[in-house]
Amino acid sequence: MNIVECIDVTKTYQQGKIVVTALGGVSLSIEKGGFVALAGPSGSGKTTLLNIIGGLDSVDSGHVTVNGSNLDAMNQSELANLRLHNIGFIFQAYNLIPVLSALENVEFVMLLQGVPSAERRERARNILDDVGLKDTYNRRPAELSGGQQQRVAVARAIVSDPAIVLADEPTANLDSKTGQGLLEMMKEMNEKKKVTFIFSTHDKMVMDYARRLVLIRDGLVAGDEVKEGSGESESRDRGN
Amino acid sequence: MHLQLAWRNIWRNPKRTAVIMTAIIIGVWSMIFLGALMRGISEGMVRNGISTLTGHIQIHHTGYRNDPVIENSMPDPEAVKTVLNKVLAPDDMWTFRVRVNAVANNARHTEGVTFVGIDPAREADISFIGKAVTEGRYLRDDDTNGIVVGKALMDTFETGLGRKIIVMSQDTNREIASRAFRIVGVFTAEMEATEKQFVFVTMTAAQQLLKLKKSISEVSLVLPDQNAVAQVAKQLQAALPATEYEVQTWLDLLPLIRAYLDIYDKFMYIWFIVVFIAMGFGIVNTTLMAVFERIREFGLFKSLGMKPLWIIREVLTESFFMLLIGTAVGNILSFLSVFVLSGGGIDLSSFASGLEFAGMSRIIYPAIYGRDVIAANLVVFMLGLLVSVYPAVKAARFTPVEALTHT
Repeated sequence: MNIVECIDVTKTYQQGKIVVTALGGVSLSIEKGGFVALAGPSGSGKTTLLNIIGGLDSVDSGHVTVNGSNLDAMNQSELANLRLHNIGFIFQAYNLIPVLSALENVEFVMLLQGVPSAERRERARNILDDVGLKDTYNRRPAELSGGQQQRVAVARAIVSDPAIVLADEPTANLDSKTGQGLLEMMKEMNEKKKVTFIFSTHDKMVMDYARRLVLIRDGLVAGDEVKEGSGESESRDRGN
Repeated sequence: MHLQLAWRNIWRNPKRTAVIMTAIIIGVWSMIFLGALMRGISEGMVRNGISTLTGHIQIHHTGYRNDPVIENSMPDPEAVKTVLNKVLAPDDMWTFRVRVNAVANNARHTEGVTFVGIDPAREADISFIGKAVTEGRYLRDDDTNGIVVGKALMDTFETGLGRKIIVMSQDTNREIASRAFRIVGVFTAEMEATEKQFVFVTMTAAQQLLKLKKSISEVSLVLPDQNAVAQVAKQLQAALPATEYEVQTWLDLLPLIRAYLDIYDKFMYIWFIVVFIAMGFGIVNTTLMAVFERIREFGLFKSLGMKPLWIIREVLTESFFMLLIGTAVGNILSFLSVFVLSGGGIDLSSFASGLEFAGMSRIIYPAIYGRDVIAANLVVFMLGLLVSVYPAVKAARFTPVEALTHT
């Protein structure tokens, strides 16, 4: 079953007087439970595609369906609702809320979802324990290392059991050892909880970990490789 | 956690928060404290007006107010007294007076004055004169030729205690009546004009001079409860024949002060708005700065699924906290300022002549009115939240992508 379906998606940006084509007609399907890397050089359009899948950005043309919802037909409030209940985000710059502790950062999404206080505290503690941050509940982001901050971000992304986690260059600011640890952790989450992970990356290590590698170049899908024995379905690249 | 988040956010930049809170504190303080000063000034004006022979209510013969001549006296004070005893409560005070325009002179000077015949004991409870005699003595019931004059008049006449002063007026026969009185007391008043205007003798002496028999010019009443004035005036008017008597309250008798009070009321609210506009720009500016500094964070909120309305609520909650603290401290400071000045007041004696022109007291005692405090707080709070809506909406309208890529 496909959790993400992109059909002929185009997106252009205006930079001054120049129109830049970020996506030139991308069609892509991703199966539920996938561990997929969108790889490509800087400016290839992989982050734009990730943002469009996450409902953070709109398409110029084409159609995007996420977890059964047609994003074209949704307004801002409905998109916010979709993100809140279906999508977790992990950013390159961690993007934790600086005035909240690690525990509170993880609780934040559940707070927006209306989860009762006691339950959200327990779930946040459990997930922080799972990502190896048992002793950092009350530390604020500024008091955590980069790796710890990204673990908190991962914990925040998966704590409310989303259908998909979208990770934009999650290892870009981490050293290789910390990055590997983080990828191991996400892989484990993917295997245990069947959460779909979609990465945008140009980190070789992320590409190695991914079970499916979609190569984006100049706003088009330039390649789609499913690794042997990974269990991922064959490429669903349409018309690129 | 929403509240915690807002609370912690306002302390992310303590200097900026301190600046805007100082603006709110000064704004609230100036609204309440200067409002209290203005109320103090207007209360002083009313107090002066009432104690300078006006009282809360006056009864006159019909037509006296338009033409205060001796023919418009009340010939039957006993009838009025009967009504007063029937209508008034035991604590209400009243007195009869004879009051005509007259000319006072001595060997060197002549001045127009208001010649007032009083019942010394009753008058002392009603008007300022009972406590205003600073040289010599107050009138006694048996003073047949004693007169109390103001210090300013005495200085003008270059005379003194024990010296004679001649008073001339028209009697009931339309003849010029004149008589020499001996100065037994000198009074000082809040305003120099009062000291020059009024001379006091006993009512019997005035009635004899003017051949009034038992007639009187006016009845002045002071009630312990100022809120009862309108009701009592209505009852008195109903009990007295309208063809012979007219009953008026101090609001009718002091139209200038009434106009001042109206102007002060309006000016107060204009002042509130002016202060708020200055403060409002500060609030908008600071909140906008805080919003623009955190564009990425709002992008994050949105990407996590926070709806635009929730972001507006978040920003407004931060403004709410700043307004809450600012108004609370502003209130405390203004109450303290009023408390400190409530004992001695603000002495403006050096500007006495200017103040007198405006009918103001020399010493201003600030007076806090509950409705002014509520209005000031509501203006700051409600309008403060209202102007914060603009930056809040701004924060809610960033698209997640542009916000997250903002540097």
